Amino acid sequence: MQYESVIGLEVHLQLNTDSKLFCGCSTTFGAAPNHQTCPVCLGLPGVLPVLNHRAFEWGIKAALAFDCRLAQVMKFDRKQYFYPDLPKNYQISQYDQPLAQHGHLDITIEGASRRIRITRIHMEEDAGKLLHDPQAPWSYVDFNRTGIPLLEIVSEPDLRSPDEASAYLLELKAVLEYLDVSTCDMENGSLRCDTNISLRKRGEALGVKVEIKNLNSFKAVKAALVYEIARQAKRLDAGERIAQETRLWNAKAEQTETMRSKEAASDYRYFPEPDLVPFTIQPRLREAVAAQLPPLPAQRRVRLMDAYGLSAYDAQVLTQHRRLAELFEGAIAQGAKPKPLANWIMGELLAYLNARGQEPSGVTLRPEWLVHLLEAIDAGTISGKMAKELFVESLERQVDPAQVIRENNLRQIVDHGQLDRLAEEVIAGFQKSVEDYRKGKANALMFLVGKCMERSNGKANPTQMADVLKRKLNQGKEAVT
Amino acid sequence: MAIVSTQDVRQVALLARLALHDDELKKLAAQLDEILEYVRQLQAVSTDGVEPTSHVLPLADVTRPDQRLPSLPPEEALTLAPARHGHLVKVPKVID
Ligand SMILES: [Zn+2]
Repeated sequence: MQYESVIGLEVHLQLNTDSKLFCGCSTTFGAAPNHQTCPVCLGLPGVLPVLNHRAFEWGIKAALAFDCRLAQVMKFDRKQYFYPDLPKNYQISQYDQPLAQHGHLDITIEGASRRIRITRIHMEEDAGKLLHDPQAPWSYVDFNRTGIPLLEIVSEPDLRSPDEASAYLLELKAVLEYLDVSTCDMENGSLRCDTNISLRKRGEALGVKVEIKNLNSFKAVKAALVYEIARQAKRLDAGERIAQETRLWNAKAEQTETMRSKEAASDYRYFPEPDLVPFTIQPRLREAVAAQLPPLPAQRRVRLMDAYGLSAYDAQVLTQHRRLAELFEGAIAQGAKPKPLANWIMGELLAYLNARGQEPSGVTLRPEWLVHLLEAIDAGTISGKMAKELFVESLERQVDPAQVIRENNLRQIVDHGQLDRLAEEVIAGFQKSVEDYRKGKANALMFLVGKCMERSNGKANPTQMADVLKRKLNQGKEAVT
Repeated sequence: MAIVSTQDVRQVALLARLALHDDELKKLAAQLDEILEYVRQLQAVSTDGVEPTSHVLPLADVTRPDQRLPSLPPEEALTLAPARHGHLVKVPKVID
């Protein structure tokens, strides 16, 4: 039987603020365990949380980027559950008056645009980090992450396939990267994703929804959805019911598994957080934040196609990461030609990053380095093959390719004064061959070119060198006669 | 008429991870009922034209700048931990 899959995504994004959401503790990733906690984020009695203004602004920024309707009055609520990573036994989150609602994100799937609705965006604090020791009957808790600001971005179940889910996540991540509010790094958990999926026969009412957690990469999201579609279809075909439950993705076994603990009583008993006042989003604040919105990927894509004649595909790849788009436009502004530049970024640069498992967002390459590299190729200073090796060296050492050319004496000599001097020296030093040349011996010229090459350590271009030598030798002849 | 049943109290106790005996359930149900009955007097006040609010103070939009302040020394933070492993808090194994 053919089923239609109905998929929704919940994305948690760590906001890259300096301090936590409600206290002044540092948010720096990788600190020693429990070195970034205080009475507020540990939930000791009598403390007063106060909202981080930057986190508030960045939430508004994201809400505007996804065309959401901002709340008239936003408030925080306590979401109550017991888990060792939650020292207060409740998480400060938002329930019925979230930051923003009713947004959307347009994705392109097989060349066609699809609008995916965003249900809501709310702010909440992160929980601590649990570490498990498979050898011991213990778990360990690090509260450094407790209280780090999160945005939760919830989509409507508008996605119809794992590919659409992937496209949505990629575009969402691209937009968030452009906003510069998060490192958007799945590896260190600054971007996390849960999904829910149900199957139905086309046109029928929604089926039973299964939630999937523990998705640590976009690849895992797609694989888990593919697996879950097959699992649910098989059950439905056999006339069985789908249990409404939360399942965990087991990346090693490549399957989803029933979650054993938690959830037994998932009644969160939300109630208004009495220690935090309500928040209004005044027009002045909204306008100030709107003024900080950068051009978003979709806008930038159109610009790259219209202004520089790039294909839709090239524009898509180059705008996927803000860094790449900035590199591209930065190098264009300094005179690089669009097509070869696009090819270098999409070819050599992405291949270099992929091979090392690095994210384009972390690239520290400067636009002028690409300009210098392309100039050197154009001028014939270096060959295409030399350029590729040089580029890798320049990325590895974080230096301008022009500097690598200088240091390694890679440069073919194109300075005419220098070529002239070389020719004069060799002419003066090998008078016998000069006479041979003048008598019409072609080999003599080759010998002289060889000597010039030797003296230049191979940096002279032989064809150019022969031209210069010929000119000099002929000049000399005229002077004698 | 009772507002709170022993069944309600059992459910809340479960959510709050409290182990209560049957006689405690009954006693607490009665006490909670009295408390709610007392609060119910507020229903007599007319709230026509009063905006619902989650906060009684005439305060809104209180934020702080995104500035780091010193955290607790880990030794002090960990004094509250029931057990520890280095600088980590040690708890009975949690399985997902
Ligand atoms: Zn703190």
